[in-house]
Amino acid sequence: MLARMKRPLSGVRTLRSRQSWSTFMIAVAWLCAGLAAALLALIVLYAIRRGAAALNLQFFTHLPLPVGIAGGGVANALIGSVEIVLMASLFAMPVGIFAGIYLGLLGRGKLAYSVRFLSDVLTGVPSIAIGVFAYTIIVVPTRHFSAISAAVALAIIMLPIVVRTTEEAVRLVPAAIPEGALALGIPTYKAILLVTVPVARAGIVTGALLSVARVAGESAPLLFTAFGSSFWSPNPNTPTSALPLLIFQYANSPYRDWQQLAWGGALSLIVLIFAINITARLMFRRMAVR
Amino acid sequence: MATESIEIASLPRTTTTAVRLRGAQLADRLVVGFFGLAAWLVLLVVAALFVTLAIAAWPAIKTVGWPALHSALWDPNNGKFGVLSFVFGTLVTSGIALLLAGPVGIGAALVLAEVAPKRLAGPVAMLIELLAAVPSVVFGIWGLFVLAPVMRGAIEPALARTLGFLPLFQGYFFGVGILTAGVLLAIMILPTIAAITRDIFEAVPAHQREGMLALGATKWEVLARAVIPYARSGIIGALVLALGRALGEAIAVAMVIGNKPAISASLFSPGYSLASVVANEFTEATGQQYLAVLVGIGSLLFVLSMLVNVAARLLVWSVGRSQSAARA
Repeated sequence: MLARMKRPLSGVRTLRSRQSWSTFMIAVAWLCAGLAAALLALIVLYAIRRGAAALNLQFFTHLPLPVGIAGGGVANALIGSVEIVLMASLFAMPVGIFAGIYLGLLGRGKLAYSVRFLSDVLTGVPSIAIGVFAYTIIVVPTRHFSAISAAVALAIIMLPIVVRTTEEAVRLVPAAIPEGALALGIPTYKAILLVTVPVARAGIVTGALLSVARVAGESAPLLFTAFGSSFWSPNPNTPTSALPLLIFQYANSPYRDWQQLAWGGALSLIVLIFAINITARLMFRRMAVR
Repeated sequence: MATESIEIASLPRTTTTAVRLRGAQLADRLVVGFFGLAAWLVLLVVAALFVTLAIAAWPAIKTVGWPALHSALWDPNNGKFGVLSFVFGTLVTSGIALLLAGPVGIGAALVLAEVAPKRLAGPVAMLIELLAAVPSVVFGIWGLFVLAPVMRGAIEPALARTLGFLPLFQGYFFGVGILTAGVLLAIMILPTIAAITRDIFEAVPAHQREGMLALGATKWEVLARAVIPYARSGIIGALVLALGRALGEAIAVAMVIGNKPAISASLFSPGYSLASVVANEFTEATGQQYLAVLVGIGSLLFVLSMLVNVAARLLVWSVGRSQSAARA
């Protein structure tokens, strides 16, 4: 059905004026697209230029040094970020993937509806509010900042992403595939675990990777959970440095050396996140081709 | 495919079919129950989030109370906790962001979905989706070192020269401030708006355009009178989603808003926002009450984002319904 016509197309305006108006408006739209692409490319290119100057071997292998001493690196923040994100994945992925499979294959009725609705709502919750939550339930009772509390905060941010992408992935599997297995007398749980899930595997992994890329750059929820540290923190129960946190703290400092490290951190973060994102997309495309 | 894992031939040899069937039914119930448990766990997490934030905010509500919402006096050392300037900063910066990024994002999405040749549109759309993944702290550092000086040196003076008769564009040029935060947020939500609206435009059925073309419409008339109206509810949804992101953004805003708890008519002046005050002052808060108020602000932000989300859903739902009613 066509949209309702409020005004006739021609009316008093001539064809030529309508055509030039059309050309003008399309040009404006092109301008918008150009502006968007240019602005965003500008930011990334600028971060590459400033960041590349900061990157060297020391950057990846050394601890940050006190102000005034040249050099130093962010190795503890890199390790800390990896540690926190890995723990968060460990918390979020089993729950998220199983809940996603439930929503996609088994869930009908109120439970599935509420989980779907609430995980959509959870996606929209500001990450800093989730940081406050993790602070309240873990940092306050244990009386110290820790990598674990940060991982819990990030896991909550990951959860809805993993749930919904897993649901989508298992839904994309044509019904005929598990049905074929069921027709051979395979029990439902085997049809799910051994037929549908392996077929949907690439989609599930894509979602999981995208959720990792999403939380790897989060800084707000780490402020009062991981807190940051200038040293190695092998114990996940102690304050830990993380890359986004370090960028925030060093960028706001008045010292050029630290600002330089912050730019290096920003570039490493961009490269890391783009790499995860592109891998995820390529994997998904490969599955679609198959 | 995982067909190799289904070993039909081995079935009768191991056990009798009846025992196997009963075992399978039990296993079925167990596995389904296990998946259901995971779903319940997700519910539990959200419920815990609600309850914890409500309980944690309670001391702030009790001691500072609702008057805090209509006072802009923020002086934690003397027990003054007016949060109005934060609410103001959050709303104004998000408003500026939506005003700037909305039209540009929709325009870009129109080009990508409807006008540009597929060969160009595909990679550009992929690039924009990739840029939506750039972390906010990266936007923040760029805003602090690049955008703020440009705003102070070029854009704010130019605005003051041309639109200086408005109180909005008067006063000193700080570089960091409400306007800079709004512009930075606009850049941050731009990829979100463009990527989602593009998907929505692509979902508009071809016959909508064909009908319009058949009536002799120009290219723009097709877009403005068939494609955009059809996609309206989705566009609103995308905008509200972007608004939610802008409202809750803490880090990037904290880096460029100026961190001054004040309400000023001028967009050039420094301000503060709900999310950024929590980000900046949480670890430095001294005293139970100060901390409780900051937790309260976090909860306020949570409630605000929930309201925006639910409003978006209702809006999309009602627009969608009136559209299908008009179509029926």
